[in-house]
Formats: sequence, structure tokens, C-alpha cells
Amino acid sequence: MKPIRETLRETWHFYRQTLTLVTHGSKIYYAWCLSLLAIMVVGFLFYWKQHEMGLIETNMTDQVSWGLYIANFTYLVGMAAAAVLLVIPSYIYQFKPIKEIVVLGELFAASSIIMAILFVMVDLGRLDRVWHMIPFIGSMNFPTSLLAWDVIVLNGYLLLNLFIPIYLLVKFYYRREPNWKFILPFILLSIPWAVGIHTVTAFLYNGLAARPFWNASILAPRFLASAFCSGPAIIIIIFQIIRKVSSIHLEDKALFKIAELIAYAMFLNLFLLGAEIFKEYYSNTVHIASFKYLFEGLHHHNALVPWIWAAMAMNVTAFFLFLIPPTRKRLSTLNLGCLLIIVGVWIEKGPGFVIPGFVPDPLGEIHEYVPNLVELMVSFGIWATGFFIFTLLMKVALPIETGEFSHIEYEKGVITRKTLEATASLYKIKK
Amino acid sequence: MQRACAGVSTVMMQKTGINSGSITENSLILLKVTDSVENATETFTGTGKQGFTEKGQDFLWELESETICSVPTVMIPTNLNLKSWFQNHLRFGQRIEEMKNKHYTRREFLRHLTLTTLASMSLPILSSCSKDEIEDFLQKHFLEMTEEEKKQVIAKLEKRYFEQYGKKFQISTKAALPETLWGYGLELSRCIGCRRCVYACVQENNHSRYARQLHWIRVLRLKRGNLINLEDSEHYYAPETVPEKGFVYLPVQCQQCQNPPCVKVCPIHATWQEPDGIVVVDYNWCIGCRYCIAACPYKGRVFNWAEPNLPKDEVNPNVHYLGNRPRMKCAVEKCTYCIQRVREGRYPACVEACPTGSRKFGNLLDPKSEIRYIIERKRVFRLKEDLNTEPKFYYFFES
Repeated sequence: MKPIRETLRETWHFYRQTLTLVTHGSKIYYAWCLSLLAIMVVGFLFYWKQHEMGLIETNMTDQVSWGLYIANFTYLVGMAAAAVLLVIPSYIYQFKPIKEIVVLGELFAASSIIMAILFVMVDLGRLDRVWHMIPFIGSMNFPTSLLAWDVIVLNGYLLLNLFIPIYLLVKFYYRREPNWKFILPFILLSIPWAVGIHTVTAFLYNGLAARPFWNASILAPRFLASAFCSGPAIIIIIFQIIRKVSSIHLEDKALFKIAELIAYAMFLNLFLLGAEIFKEYYSNTVHIASFKYLFEGLHHHNALVPWIWAAMAMNVTAFFLFLIPPTRKRLSTLNLGCLLIIVGVWIEKGPGFVIPGFVPDPLGEIHEYVPNLVELMVSFGIWATGFFIFTLLMKVALPIETGEFSHIEYEKGVITRKTLEATASLYKIKK
Repeated sequence: MQRACAGVSTVMMQKTGINSGSITENSLILLKVTDSVENATETFTGTGKQGFTEKGQDFLWELESETICSVPTVMIPTNLNLKSWFQNHLRFGQRIEEMKNKHYTRREFLRHLTLTTLASMSLPILSSCSKDEIEDFLQKHFLEMTEEEKKQVIAKLEKRYFEQYGKKFQISTKAALPETLWGYGLELSRCIGCRRCVYACVQENNHSRYARQLHWIRVLRLKRGNLINLEDSEHYYAPETVPEKGFVYLPVQCQQCQNPPCVKVCPIHATWQEPDGIVVVDYNWCIGCRYCIAACPYKGRVFNWAEPNLPKDEVNPNVHYLGNRPRMKCAVEKCTYCIQRVREGRYPACVEACPTGSRKFGNLLDPKSEIRYIIERKRVFRLKEDLNTEPKFYYFFES
């Protein structure tokens, strides 16, 4: 009985300590969390309106039937897949600087996946029927429907990316060496799985013969290449923040290494895009319409043109910033490059990818789509939710990693208490 | 139990054997390839493991993969994509057959367990819902309902529609007629682009009338000299009178593909192809993900973005569960060739409404039908044939 009671007591202590950790912080921390919460509340209110009235509250139509939500979803799946970039070198090649931060990268992937799943949820017309999709309970159309595949791989990836860091953090908490024989297979599995989530998401669009813009075999490789740009870019920025706000030590060397990987990925991304543009423009069939809509406008409809050119400029600039060692190894230009990539790839892989698939529609109608306030607010709400979850996860994970929050600290507390009690009882006896 | 045969030639599979559950290596299988035009029959016999002819091997490949067959005689089309046909009809249908036979499958058990847990956990929320709402929430897939359950749902809907629209509804769940595969013909040289079909469809099929008005038929106006590149088509033409000089009209609706991409992509089997070839939607099962809209090359599907606005005095109370019953917000819908009419031996509303007689309809399996006459004697083509969707909607010209 005693060990069980002791474990329970420690678990209780752990939860209480976690709560204390997340509710205490600097003024900036409070401001950050409260503003995120405020955005979440506003987003939820807008979502509630959409839920009550139906998707008519958005600007989506039968012509452009997926919009900002699915665009964000696509982008975030890529973000999540990027965790693999940290896992490969750290575990396989024992690359020291990255190894310290891989747990944080995986928690970031988990937060991204949660956001991606939320974006699909808000896009569903009938959230009340979402149980129809649960395997064995509903009637999932597996393996025929790629959306069924996506549900499985995304949830699997989420579990994997929660399980691995939690296991490692618990071991860190107890100051024990993780059982590598046990956890390594999971880590190895997460690598193909990360490639898998983005490939399946690409195939989701790729398999639709009705939409020539998506029906190109280059799609999955392009998805992966762009994901390996945007994901690591945001991770570089997050790690710099972590370095500032916690006692965790992250070497510049690790950041520069990630930046170098981004440069290669961006080269591949631009190359694949070039290959696609060549094919479309040189063969110049009727299937070029969506490309024309995106890059130069079609029959005076050109809502996306300034966006895509801005994205192109950002991506190319960032590529050169990361390619040239002096600009890559200076934090100011490194961060500029990261920001350019985050925004540039978001435009390219988000709205710049989803919307042209619907313009012109299969019967040649051109209907321009621009998201409205509801869609923007709900999207901001989901992004805020993701950042909030990630912030809280970090608030607990960082002290564990630095050793400030650990079993030993707890035991010290117990010993102090026991000593006090003992002294007190001794004192009583003496009296 | 017989499934409708389809296409020009069919395969008939008979299974005899002592163990009546699944097809094993020892089961005896009889394959009859029937050409319904000349009524020529070829028979193949063999065991579960044995190889057949090319057609048979296709078939056998499916049988070997743990297909559980509780139906003694199955007729399936061979001229079509066997694999997808299997996936769309037989496998799903059979799984349901199978479930009805067994009292409590693992799936059923899991579902009950989870739903009970969910229900008890969300008791505070559910208790604020009405009984109807809870029933709607837990309603089964149409194909998984027993006859008794179907009756209950119909009674519930009839009551609800009466309260809402003040009319007594007749909700049919009539199954496909045997030996039918519906096909449609549209004579482009006669169409004058008047859109009477569009509004006859709206009237018949209880569409939302405003905020947003939904149409299952779209008439495209094309400049003469072009039929394939739809990018130059005009969807919203509005002249004083039609037809206009220098233009042709191309009405497009669901093409009832025999190889439907929309059915393939649906993540939850909310849409499927009936044995008579009509692709239908269970409006109560659809989750509104709109993947089917993205997959359809003909824009054959429309979405109820809001609660449909159907005025009381314009309601058509003769409805089919899988067809024109009043729908709800955020579920997808599509043309069903007026399933409520054609299964009762009537023409679809658009066929009746057409003032020029451009629209023809009939059974593709009946060699004497009008549609077969057209296919055999006129110049027919189908939209976007290159996508291999095998539409059962034939456009034609006077020969």
C-alpha cells in the first residue's frame, strides 16, 4: 500500500506543481497568455455564430467550397511534419546540439497537429455527426477515401508526438536514463510517419482528377519540400524565445544547422515549383487556367496575384539569406529569413494552393473567393489555441529539462517536511 | 437475394458449399458471363482458389480477399470497374447483411459501448436536448437500418414535416427495381436554353428557394464552335428570349457516373451508388466535409450552406428518403434522376418539363428502351470521358 500511496501523493504533487508552474510567470508571460485567451474567446464566439447559422456565415460557395480553413490545415500539417527534421539528426546521428531540443520540437509538432485537426473541425458542416468518422463506431470509408486515411495518420501522429516527449520528460523528471530499446522504435516510426502525414495530405488533393491544378504527381514532393522550410523556420524563432525566457542553453550552432537544412529544402521547393511552371506554360493546355489565375489573373480576376508574387519574392530572398554563410550565421538576417519563409510558404501552401484548385471550377465558372471576418476570426482563434497549448507545454517541459522541476526536488521537499515533523515530534516528546 | 445486374454484360456468381458463411478455398463457385444483348451465356466453374478467365480472375481476386458472402447469387457488371463496384456496393452491402445476421458483432458492441459512454458523459448536454434531437444524433446509416427502424424514422420525419409544412408527406424508401440501370439522353441540337428544366427540378425536389437558391441543373451557354473548353461558358446568361443567335446550350447535372469519384472520396459512406445506378446521399449521415464537391468533375453536387428556405405552399409532399425530402443545413445534395418518380415508373421532372423534347430517359438494360435506341442510332458523347468516370448521361445530336 505504501508505495502506491507514495506514487499517488507524488502524482498529486506533480499536478499541483504543474498548475503552479503554468499560473506563475513574468508580466510578459501573463500578457501573452491573456491576449491569446482573449483571441480564443473571440474566435469561439465567431465560430458559435457559424455553427448556429451554418457555413453560410463564411464566404465559401459551391464554386469555392474550401477556403481559409483548409488552407491553414494544409500549412499546419506541413509544420507538424517538420519535427522529423529534428528527430533524424538528433537520434540517428547523435548530433548533440539538436538532441537537447528535439523534445521541444516534438511538442511543437503535437501543437501544430492539434491546430490542423481544429481547422478541419471548424470546416465541417455537421460537427454533431463527427462520430460517423470514428473507426468501428461510425462507417469509415477506409481505405478508399483519402480523408479517412488523413484522420488515421494525423491522430496517430498526434499520439506519437505526445507519447515520445512525455515519456522522455517523465524520465528526465526522475533523472533516469530513458530505456532506449523501448522508445527508439517509436522514434524511428515517427520519421516515416511525419513523411506520411504530409504525403497523405498531398494525396488528398492529388487524387482528384476533377481538379487539374492539384492532379499533378509533383504535388507530394512539393508539399514535403515546402514543409521542411516553414516548420524549421518557426522552430528557429521559437528556440530563440525559449533561450531568452528560460535557463535552457541552446547553441547558435544548432540554429545555423537547421538554417542550412532549410536552405536545401527551399532550393528543392523552388526547383519543383519551377518544374511545374515550365510544364504548364510550355505545354499551355486548357489546364493552365488555374495557374494563370494564380500568377497573372484570369479574365480580370486577380485577387491572388499580388499575394503569390509577394510569396515568391519572400521565398527567393530567404533562400539566398540562408544559402550565404555570413547572412545565415548572423541572428538578425537569420530571423528575417525565417519570417519571410513562414509568411511566404503560408501563402504558397495555404491560400495559394487551395483556392486556385477551385478557380475556375470544373464547369469553367470563375468565382473569386476572399475570406470574410468570421473565417479570419475563427482562424486567429485556432492559431491562438495552438500557441496557448504550446506555451503551457513549454512552461512545464522547460523546467523538467533544466532540472528545476524534478523528482529530486520533490524528494528534497519531502525530506524537509519529514525532518520538520520529526523535529516537531521530538520537541513534543521533550516537552 | 439478387442484386441488379448492370451494363451490357454481367457476371453471375453462384456459391454452393456446406459452410454457408464465407467463401473459402473449398467453396464451389459458378460464374456465368451473360451478354444481355444477344443473351449469350458462358459458364465458368471452379473452387475458391482456382484461376478463371480474365474476367473471372478479376472477380476471384476480390473473392479471395476475405470477402464474406452471405448472398447466394450475385450479379455484377464486368464492363465496369469491378473493384470499385465491389467496394461501393457489395462489400458495404454485404457487411450490413452480415451484421443483420449476427446479433452482436464486435463493431456493434464497440459502437454501443462508446455511444453509451458518450451519452452518459454528455448527459447534462443531452438532457437539454429534445428526444428528437437525441434520436437524430444517434440515427443509423440508412443502409444499416432494419425495416422496423426505417419505419420509425419515416414516422418521425412525417410528423416533423407535417408540423413544419402543414402537409401530409408520403416518404418512400422504395428500393431499386430489378434489372434496371437508369440512363439519360440529352439532345443538344434541340436545347434552347430556356431553363424550364432547372425550375421544374427546383419545384419537384424541394430545393431551398432563396438565401441561397440551389439548382441541381446548370445550363451553360457556349459560343458556337466550342463544346469542350467550358472556361468560355456563360452560366448566368439572361437575354429577353432564347435561343440566341450564335450560341448553343449545354445543360449539366449529376451525370450518375458508373465510376463515381464522389462516392470514392466520401470518408464515411454517406453517399453510394444504388443497384439501379443512381448515386444517392443519406442526408442524415453526411458530415458536410465537401470532399465530394471537390471531387466531382461536373459540379453535380451542391451544399446547403444554411438552413434551406422552402416556402410551405411550394412543398412537394411526394418524396423519397434518398431523394427529394426536405433537407437540412450543411449537408450535401445532388440530382437523383428524381428517384421518387423513376422507381414508380414515371419520368424525371426535367424530362417532363422540357418544351423541346430534348431530354430522354430510360433503362440501359432494356434493349427496347428509348435510351438504348438513342445510343445505338444517334451520335452520342459523354462529358469529360477522359476522366473515366463512365457517366450514364449521354449527350447526342440528330444523326
